[in-house]
Amino acid sequence: MSSEENLPSWREIPIAGVPYKPSTEYKTGDWKVYKPVINYEKCTKCMFCHTYCPDGAIKIREDGFPEPDYDFCKGCGICAEECPVKAIEMVKD
Amino acid sequence: MAVKQIVMGLNGDEAVAYAIKQVDPDVVAAYPITPQTIIVERFSEYVANGEVHTEFVAVESEHSALSACVGAAAAGARAFTATAANGLALMWEILYIASSCRLPIVMAIVNRALSGPINIHCDHSDAMGARDSGWIQIFCENSQEAYDSVIQAWRIAEHPDVQLPVMVCLDGFVLSHTLENVMTLPDDVVKKFVGERKFVTVKNHFGKEVPFILDPENPITIGPLDLYDFYFEHKMQQIDAMGKAPKVIEEIGKEYGELSGRTYGLVHPYKLEDAEIAIVGLGSTMGTAEIVVDKLREKGVKAGLLRIRSFRPFPVQQIIENLKDKKVIGVLDRAVSFGAYGGPLFNEIRNIFYDQDIRPLISNYIYGLGGRDMPPQRLMVIFDDLQKIAETGRIEKTVKYIGVRG
Repeated sequence: MSSEENLPSWREIPIAGVPYKPSTEYKTGDWKVYKPVINYEKCTKCMFCHTYCPDGAIKIREDGFPEPDYDFCKGCGICAEECPVKAIEMVKD
Repeated sequence: MAVKQIVMGLNGDEAVAYAIKQVDPDVVAAYPITPQTIIVERFSEYVANGEVHTEFVAVESEHSALSACVGAAAAGARAFTATAANGLALMWEILYIASSCRLPIVMAIVNRALSGPINIHCDHSDAMGARDSGWIQIFCENSQEAYDSVIQAWRIAEHPDVQLPVMVCLDGFVLSHTLENVMTLPDDVVKKFVGERKFVTVKNHFGKEVPFILDPENPITIGPLDLYDFYFEHKMQQIDAMGKAPKVIEEIGKEYGELSGRTYGLVHPYKLEDAEIAIVGLGSTMGTAEIVVDKLREKGVKAGLLRIRSFRPFPVQQIIENLKDKKVIGVLDRAVSFGAYGGPLFNEIRNIFYDQDIRPLISNYIYGLGGRDMPPQRLMVIFDDLQKIAETGRIEKTVKYIGVRG
């Protein structure tokens, strides 16, 4: 979430709460307390974390490894819980 | 030059239904409740007879009635509904959604006391409960005004500077069930006056200006989750629109006057110019009060009155201009705000005079709850009290209850 100062005034935004930006530009990642950190030496590219992430916040890179998008990750820890090789650690953000 | 009009014998509800027939809105969703029932009955007859093109939605509750109007209006339709008392109370949640979604819905409120104990007769407790909901509220003095206001309401609601829903309030039974001569405009004149609904534009999520309407070709989202970082700004927009509404209500009332010979404003003074004592109030009682003013004038008493037609927006400047040089003002409230110091209209009138250097003495009279009658004799009691205050220069009891057994 951006700070209030950087947001437009009421004169500039559409009426009735009509979103003037796509939801991907609305960063929701600052809710989290813990963030997932992947140990790529342990990771087997199984993609469980990518599949289980309830917010679609773990992308698969071109090299096939997963990578959390901290702009949208809310730190729920499901990826760490589901990782079969325990390659994901939840670290204080 | 006013157009040729036809006199019809209509009660207040029929006058509203007839006006809506002439407007021919796209959607009417309503649930019958006394004393609004005749509006829905008459209108459903127009639908059955094929006299209108309206999609009539027979809903299972008032909550659904207004919800259907919200959906229809968001999809670009002209939507109308009507209710009273507990029906309005059941709509409460959706009232705020309609106004914050900036949907120009028109609704007739046939003022009736809120239960309990159950009562079907007139007071303003229903409309006063909705005063903070972001709707424009027009209070009518007679059935003619109800007919005229329902036609004007669309132009006010849909005005690009306003974009807010409008309630047209008429007193239950006193107006709704009482036959009156109502001057009606020809269908084509009404059609031309209201015109087609026009749409403001908004920026969509790709930054493109698109019409403010739910359209699959240009999709937008109306009224989504809106938290602490944007909700306040959207309330400011509603405050701003309400602030612009008085000018629009006056303009439309004047334009309608050129057409019909009946001009409407935000407030309607009667024999007020040189008046020393005056009453202020809403609705049909103010018609009776004109007769009382006339009688007092015959006796040489400088009495007058100010009828507030637009309660929301509250026409602060117009009220100050009309009342600032009066000695004593009696504010009539047909609603109670339990635990408050006086009725809702009294509170607002006294509040706006706080900033004035010279303030009239302002006294409150709560009357007519649950349809308790307000004949000229009871109004005379109020004027007598105002005269006494004028003579002594002091108000002994600020809030008084008129017509209740003591």
